[in-house]
Amino acid sequence: MITSSLPLVELRSVSKRFSRPAGVAARIAHRLGASAPQGTVHAVEAVDLRVDQSEVVGLVGESGCGKSTLGRMVARILEPTSGERLWKGRPYEEYEHEAARSERLAIQMIFQDPYASLNPRMRVADIVGEAPVVHGLVSRAQRDEYVADTLGRVGLDPSIMRRFPHQFSGGQRSRIGIARALAVRPRFLVCDEAVAALDVSIQAQVLNLFIRLREELGLAYLFISHDLGVIRHVSDAVVVMYLGRVVESAPVAELYAHPNHPYTKALILEVPDVAARRRRYTPIRGEIPSPLAPPTGCHFHPRCPRAFERCRQEAPALREVAPGHASACHLNDS
Amino acid sequence: MSALLEIEGLRTHFFTRAGVVKAVDDVSLRLERGRILGLVGESGSGKSMTGYSIMGLVDEPGRIVSGRIEVAGTDLATLDEPAWRRLRGNRVSMIFQDPMMTLNPVLRIDTQMVEAVRAHNNVSRREALDRCRAQLSRVGIASPDERLRAYPHQFSGGMRQRVAIAIALVNHPDLVIADEPTTALDVTIQGQILFEMQKLCRESGTGLIWITHDLSVVAGLADDVCVMYAGRIVESGTVDEVLDHPMHPYTRGLLDSIPGRNVPGRPLSQIPGMAPSPQDLDQGCAFRVRCPRAREDCRVAPATTRPTSQRTLRCGHPLP
Ligand SMILES: Nc1ncnc2c1ncn2[C@@H]1O[C@H](COP(=O)(O)OP(=O)(O)OP(=O)(O)O)[C@@H](O)[C@H]1O
Ligand SMILES: Nc1ncnc2c1ncn2[C@@H]1O[C@H](COP(=O)(O)OP(=O)(O)OP(=O)(O)O)[C@@H](O)[C@H]1O
Ligand code: SF4
Ligand code: SF4
Ligand SMILES: [Mg+2]
Ligand SMILES: [Mg+2]
Repeated sequence: MITSSLPLVELRSVSKRFSRPAGVAARIAHRLGASAPQGTVHAVEAVDLRVDQSEVVGLVGESGCGKSTLGRMVARILEPTSGERLWKGRPYEEYEHEAARSERLAIQMIFQDPYASLNPRMRVADIVGEAPVVHGLVSRAQRDEYVADTLGRVGLDPSIMRRFPHQFSGGQRSRIGIARALAVRPRFLVCDEAVAALDVSIQAQVLNLFIRLREELGLAYLFISHDLGVIRHVSDAVVVMYLGRVVESAPVAELYAHPNHPYTKALILEVPDVAARRRRYTPIRGEIPSPLAPPTGCHFHPRCPRAFERCRQEAPALREVAPGHASACHLNDS
Repeated sequence: MSALLEIEGLRTHFFTRAGVVKAVDDVSLRLERGRILGLVGESGSGKSMTGYSIMGLVDEPGRIVSGRIEVAGTDLATLDEPAWRRLRGNRVSMIFQDPMMTLNPVLRIDTQMVEAVRAHNNVSRREALDRCRAQLSRVGIASPDERLRAYPHQFSGGMRQRVAIAIALVNHPDLVIADEPTTALDVTIQGQILFEMQKLCRESGTGLIWITHDLSVVAGLADDVCVMYAGRIVESGTVDEVLDHPMHPYTRGLLDSIPGRNVPGRPLSQIPGMAPSPQDLDQGCAFRVRCPRAREDCRVAPATTRPTSQRTLRCGHPLP
């Protein structure tokens, strides 16, 4: 048994950059001495993260801020450009050898885009049942029964087992992706907008399943979602990202009660509500910053209602503002 | 004047080896210019298929078996293929649930967007590019010039969704069918998109069908709402009527499942049981195996009633 104080997953200063293969003209210019290649995206910048056993960490942030990229690095689908990833206290690299296969299987990801992640030529029974058979979790003879059971848990009728992915609705496909991840009995799940395509009743069923698995099996989650109601419901702690950086993290009740960072405040202020009718939606004030050319200083300053001179020059560091509550904003210095 | 969109008794069925899947089964609805209709319902209940049927995009083994769809008084069944092409992407456009249905993975965004503009407008490439750039900014894509030169896989999930929205709106269509278009967007960017949508409807009289499971967006954006279950519209009416006083037990169950109305960390209220598989549907009310109000006579399909002038309902024992 592992010692309980050791986090299940830990990231230390993990970064990811995507550099677009520059066009011919740019490459020549570069060879002739022009500065750095164009179009580098700083998708994730020096992120620290820790998830304990049985813990649910919610990850929220603006579209394009690097949540999926971070999730993919945790799920070892993508290699970081720099930084360290630890599983049960030891670097990911130590699990590369054959004998550690079951440890690698222990981290699964539910993808944001279910259709692209399902092989269109495979039937549901194979999509969900193949890995458990290959890895010896169930025998081939028991496979269909196992698949039927897993499908039932996510609210899908087992009779659909022989169908192909294109024969399903969006929410049905997304549940096939969830069933596939659960079928290998993971210890840690990266859920990337896993319930975004589900109507609220089926969403409730899947979330209840996640909560139960966590209570019964100690499953831990990195839970990426844009839905702050869902995040509040399932998470123990929440991490807020903006343009590649973590800007705030706190226990869930603390974050909703005392959001510190101006971006988090904007998010929480706008939590939609069924009681609000005929709203006048407002455009974003200020300029939306681009990850291709991130603003200097605090990345949020072009949109921040409280920005001042220092924000344009200096990036604020993440600092503790209350026990377990960190925020990256210069306002906390005054 | 005729309505912008009028659907009467639409049935779209799939003829599979395992049986007939009645994806859309007797759907009728009406949308006026400048109005926004929210379409909500169970996953797999036929929302997207209703949209595909309007767009003429139902694929084999599926087929519209009966019903009439009229756009601004034109019966779509009478159109030939060139007329369809003129209609699609110009007067009527759809934002697909999966943005990769709009985007070609091997083409750069500029190629795809410029093509979309020039297919319906006699403008230069340069002018088309200007329109594309402006449209991308409106959906909150920063550095539009550089992003135009990128390929779809270089975008995040929500950015792909926004590019697909930009393409659907670039020709200012009269009717937009938006299928779960903001499922990956944080509230600030979503607010930006909804602002643009409202503006389009208000200023150009565009009619909008907004398919979503997010009831708070329906509440804030739509004028009217239709609730679907197992291929049928089980309840419809103004947003206030339906969300404040749901009469159908399924609508009630949906509203009770919203996480914000439940205690954090505790199990969410969920509708018990599972939707019947569509090839197993019989004559009765499809919700009855899960319905707390079901009675013997629910074995016979309830007829559509009109509890008030603006409302329709399919339930024999509605909530008071
Ligand atoms: N090619 C096909 N063959 C057989 N059945 C199909 C096919 N395509 C779709 N269906 C079925 O048609 C029904 C309606 O699908 P549709 O995509 O309209 O659902 P939806 O309401 O949009 O759901 P979601 O919210 O999950 O996207 C589903 O039960 C689906 O399984
Ligand atoms: N393969 C890639 N090549 C180049 N750029 C990429 C690639 N994948 C992601 N990016 C860029 O990295 C940034 C972060 O993308 P990511 O998918 O992690 O965002 P996200 O937070 O998940 O957003 P969303 O909520 O919209 O899904 C974006 O600017 C995106 O364009
Ligand atoms: S550091 Fe400045 S710009 Fe950034 S969030 Fe704080 S006040 Fe706003
Ligand atoms: S008709 Fe009967 S089973 Fe169907 S929703 Fe109404 S009460 Fe329930
Ligand atoms: Mg993402
Ligand atoms: Mg759909």
